[in-house]
Amino acid sequence: MTQSQRSLPRPTPETRHFWEGAARGELLLQRCDDCRHAYFPPRPFCPRCASRSVSVFRASGRASLYSYVISHRPAPGFEPPYSIAVVELEEGPRMMTNVVDCPQTPEALRLDMPLQVKFERVSDQCALPLFRPSEESAS
Amino acid sequence: MKPGSIAIVGAAETTGLGVIPDLSEIQLHADAALNALADAGLKPSDIDGFATAEYRPTAIANYLGITPKWVDGTSVGGCSFMLHVRHAAAAIAAGYCTTVLITHGESGRSGIGRQRAPTPPDSIAGQFEMPFGISGPPTMFTIPVLRYMKTFGLTQEQLATVAVVQREWAGRNPRATLREPTTVDEVLGGKMIAYPFRLRQCCLVSDGGGALVLTSAERAKDFPQRPVWLLGTGESTESPIISQMADFTTSRAFRIAGASAFASAGIGHADVDHLMIYDAFAHLPIYGLEDLGFVGRGEAGAFIAERNTAPGGRLPTNTNGGGLSYAHSGMYGMFALQESVRQMRGTAPAQVPGAKVSVCHGVGGMFAASGTIVMSNERP
Repeated sequence: MTQSQRSLPRPTPETRHFWEGAARGELLLQRCDDCRHAYFPPRPFCPRCASRSVSVFRASGRASLYSYVISHRPAPGFEPPYSIAVVELEEGPRMMTNVVDCPQTPEALRLDMPLQVKFERVSDQCALPLFRPSEESAS
Repeated sequence: MKPGSIAIVGAAETTGLGVIPDLSEIQLHADAALNALADAGLKPSDIDGFATAEYRPTAIANYLGITPKWVDGTSVGGCSFMLHVRHAAAAIAAGYCTTVLITHGESGRSGIGRQRAPTPPDSIAGQFEMPFGISGPPTMFTIPVLRYMKTFGLTQEQLATVAVVQREWAGRNPRATLREPTTVDEVLGGKMIAYPFRLRQCCLVSDGGGALVLTSAERAKDFPQRPVWLLGTGESTESPIISQMADFTTSRAFRIAGASAFASAGIGHADVDHLMIYDAFAHLPIYGLEDLGFVGRGEAGAFIAERNTAPGGRLPTNTNGGGLSYAHSGMYGMFALQESVRQMRGTAPAQVPGAKVSVCHGVGGMFAASGTIVMSNERP
């Protein structure tokens, strides 16, 4: 991958904690202090009950593969074919990512396979949460 | 809106379709609008309500010389026009205006005078989807289908059959872009775009547009064309980024829009003679058939493979050939509406004999929005 060309996120006041956490190698989610709903993407209120009382917490980084495509289209910073995946985090929320460190094939990318977050530094300030097959699935 | 209180009295597409290198996007709007006005026997000065998407309605209304008393710029992707029809019906019923023009024009292929803006890197999509190599709808809209396939056992062959069946319909339409018959093997042997989607399971990229004219039932009798009556409508939205769609095997927006449309029309599924389901990609008719309630969950792949939606089937669907074979400008919903109107007027190239009720179902912004319109050539 030619990382310098990849489209990079520009944090906003509401999302800055997530990207600062990612740069430290931490996957941060939020949880509602009132209804206990864990959610993503970041925002300073609970999307389920509208409470403004919410807390940031560090997720385990464990996830499973919910769905994906293997893109054969040219994209800046990517070498096709590559996976564009949606993973389900152990804490419940889902997020888009790339599954890396395994062949980019339907045979290697099995739905529900266990994954572990792996941060990939893409600029001085920014690291992206990617996912790789976890030990259990590799064995 | 009471069923049958509002009618579509003008409908037309752009003069050309597919590749139109000599018209800009705003002129595609105008070309479609002038054709629809001529179809209705009206002039721009007769229009007092205006709606369009992507472009601001101010720009198109002014370009056409229209002075609106009511405008709607709802822009939620390719089904925006279904929502415009619904909103226009409410506006006419409320007395805000009498005669509404809805336009679509898009230089999707030639890219002349395009309106679309890139996704900003500080937007939600720019932060949480774009960095992972998204390159347009083929890499977003398609992501849910593997989960659907695992859940219900939908096969690659069934997914390919959607494209094969729609090509059969396209073969009956002189204006369709792709008209040669195709096969499951040919579809599955095509260029891979985003696994599991091959080239012909993805929509065309076309230049074109269309326009509609709506008015009240009282006035509809005075127009040159046979009125097409609105029976019921529905709309809803869900997540604008695909990763946050609640369930990858079903669309909440489809279910809500569809149920609203059927309930307000006071019809059941057995009453439907003709169906349009916005098919930007081959899985959409499958989700649509299930979420609108025509078949049970997980049954749509087999339903299509058993030729129920094909020529001669009991539920003729996407009879223009759809976005896969007819044309797809980027916001295809207007073309689906045009085909429903043609079927209700009895003027479709692949006319369904005796069709009286058409359901036209749209999707927009991936699975972010949905609109459903039920129309008929018989006033209830």
